[in-house]
Amino acid sequence: MPLGMAVETVGLGRRFGRRWALAEVTLTVARGQRVMLTGRNGSGKTTLLRVLASLLSPDRGSVRVCGGDVVQDREAVRHHVALLGHYSGHYEALTALQNLQVAARFLGQDASREAIRARLDQFGLAARADDAVSTFSAGMRKRLALARTMMQPATVVLLDEPYGELDVDGFALVDGLLESMRAEGRTVLMSTHLLERGRELCEHAVALEAGRLTWAGPSADMPQHSAWSERQRGAA
Amino acid sequence: MSTDDRVRPSAGPLPYALSALGVGLLLWGSIWGLFFAPRETFMGDVQRIMYIHVPTAWNAMLALTFAFGCALLSLWQGGWRWDARLEGGLEVGVLLSTLLCMQGSIWAKPTWGVWWDWDPRLTTTAVLVFAFAGILVLRRMVEDPGRRAVWSAVATVVAFVDVPIVYFSVKWWNSLHQMQSSPATVSSAFHWPLRINAFGILFLMSGLIALRTRVAAYRLRGELAPPPEPLPAGVPSAAAFAAAGLQPVALSGQIQGGWEFVIAAYTVSAVVLIGYTASVYMRYRKERARAAAEDAGVAA
Amino acid sequence: MNELWAALGKDLLLQWRTRTQAVAVFVFGAAALLLFSFASGPAAELLRRQAAGFLWLGLMLCSTLALADSFQSESEQRAMEALLLLPASARALYYGKALANWVQLALLGVALVPLMVVLYDAGTRRVVPLFGVILLGSAGLSAPGTLYAGMTAQMRARQTLLPLLLFPLVVPVLLSSVKATSLILTGDPMGQARSWTTLLAAFDLIYWSLCGVVFPKVVEE
Repeated sequence: MPLGMAVETVGLGRRFGRRWALAEVTLTVARGQRVMLTGRNGSGKTTLLRVLASLLSPDRGSVRVCGGDVVQDREAVRHHVALLGHYSGHYEALTALQNLQVAARFLGQDASREAIRARLDQFGLAARADDAVSTFSAGMRKRLALARTMMQPATVVLLDEPYGELDVDGFALVDGLLESMRAEGRTVLMSTHLLERGRELCEHAVALEAGRLTWAGPSADMPQHSAWSERQRGAA
Repeated sequence: MSTDDRVRPSAGPLPYALSALGVGLLLWGSIWGLFFAPRETFMGDVQRIMYIHVPTAWNAMLALTFAFGCALLSLWQGGWRWDARLEGGLEVGVLLSTLLCMQGSIWAKPTWGVWWDWDPRLTTTAVLVFAFAGILVLRRMVEDPGRRAVWSAVATVVAFVDVPIVYFSVKWWNSLHQMQSSPATVSSAFHWPLRINAFGILFLMSGLIALRTRVAAYRLRGELAPPPEPLPAGVPSAAAFAAAGLQPVALSGQIQGGWEFVIAAYTVSAVVLIGYTASVYMRYRKERARAAAEDAGVAA
Repeated sequence: MNELWAALGKDLLLQWRTRTQAVAVFVFGAAALLLFSFASGPAAELLRRQAAGFLWLGLMLCSTLALADSFQSESEQRAMEALLLLPASARALYYGKALANWVQLALLGVALVPLMVVLYDAGTRRVVPLFGVILLGSAGLSAPGTLYAGMTAQMRARQTLLPLLLFPLVVPVLLSSVKATSLILTGDPMGQARSWTTLLAAFDLIYWSLCGVVFPKVVEE
């Protein structure tokens, strides 16, 4: 495993046509850190996570994850990174079991029914293992996506609003996962609107506004005075 | 489009100079071919259509080969320049190929009595028109400039590789039906109008591609947000490739008259070329004005 | 290599789970064959002569539906993206999908043969060569078709664009397959079918290589 920072971006910019979704983002995340990514809707959180996952290539600047450039060393970077995105990435026509089996085969892991069932059980989906994902609720799809993300032996885990659509048990599930990832020394970047929870679970925080980094530092020190964060706190 | 340099459409009189030179040569070659070249014994005056048809064929293939080259470079190097040139090459190539089909059809009627005959070259050209026009439609329907560049470049490469395969398969398919297609070489007395027109269309085509590339570049400039610091950009120059030769098709059996077809062929060609030149020029003026208005708005 | 197997397995599994859609595509093809006979008129000799052409036209029309369907499951929830991140090589994903599509198109072609025999009175005892041509021809449709289906699946106007891009490209496949099939159905005194199948094989070889090379560029952003 290459040494160095988990994530290193310098002057990262990404545009979609006329709009710069990210501009001049310079960010460093050390290994094992857990970082909360906050910002309004449309501030570029999802774009940033997708760039770090090497799904989008940067239009300006450089992005290195685990020492590898996301464009030049794409394949190597993907070995080290896992992303839980907004789209679940499931095959709707296949069952939950089959979806995880497909992933297991690509990862070269045990794809037997027992092994996959055990995994589904961890995520509260054992009862619906043989049902097509098209019959799942949004929360269950999220759980399945979490299950698949955790299968990957990634050292940097990117979570885009992991608490979205989940029930109370689901919240506890994600909390538990974050705790176990901390124990394993994995680096976590989590975008969330749940500021209180984020501050408890992540030591660091980063704020995006209109594609630019407006604040970065220990989450405990995150500015209290912004009206937006007050409203968020009130809602969460 | 992951590029760090500002989009700078070229400026300067090169396209106009090339087009003017091309038109001049075309007029010279066409008048020579129409009125002063000797009448061909077998095909009669209808053969004069060859003086515009053969040069169009050469240059249509040239334009599409240019587009293919731009597609490869666009995939390999990226950037807005090769994409803009690809668009220019594609559109002019489709135009010339369509014109080729029209001329071929007008020539076929008096020669073979039908508006269309499944001549391998003409049939391949018709398939090409559809293939590359489809890529132009693809370009229209993709909004993101980066994806548009990659996808249309891929499609151009895939379609161009097909050209020899299509030609070969149609030739084979046609040969089983014993169509008359015995190419006869044009005697040396007739070479001059052909060569002059070939260069005429070459220069006109280059000028049109250069101008159309500018239009494409202006559109890209409007679509892509500029980076904070501008970087110097070079001026795109017209590329030249070796021309592929094609033998003009002649036929045994005398044909009387046919002047109306000759006039039709030349008129259609003139209308299409003039019409296209005018349309590209008007689009260019419009894009330039829009860019200037945008810059003024930004400055204000 | 194991990625290719994983991809092929995934795509065959998907096809199996969505087999009702495949049946619908077959019915569409059957309807097309029926419509062709109405458009031509009931003259038996004419229908027999055109049978090969109708079969392949019908298969080509079906192929646009089948190919577009094959990418629907990939784009619904961005499943292909998730696989690419595992990481899985885009090339393996392409060949898995193209092979699975080949299987489906070949099966469609074979399924349409009895209809051709019945509607156009065009039968033959030379079943093996006939199926051979169907294999080669459907391979020619599958390779560029999978590439373009992958491209257009990410667009809004996918219905119109896939046939628009694909059909001019596969003209050689249409010509060769129809000619070879026709020779098998009506007799081949001069042994010409072999040259047509050679042309088909050459097209297949070129496009299965070329499309595999360019597909990664089409799916990455």
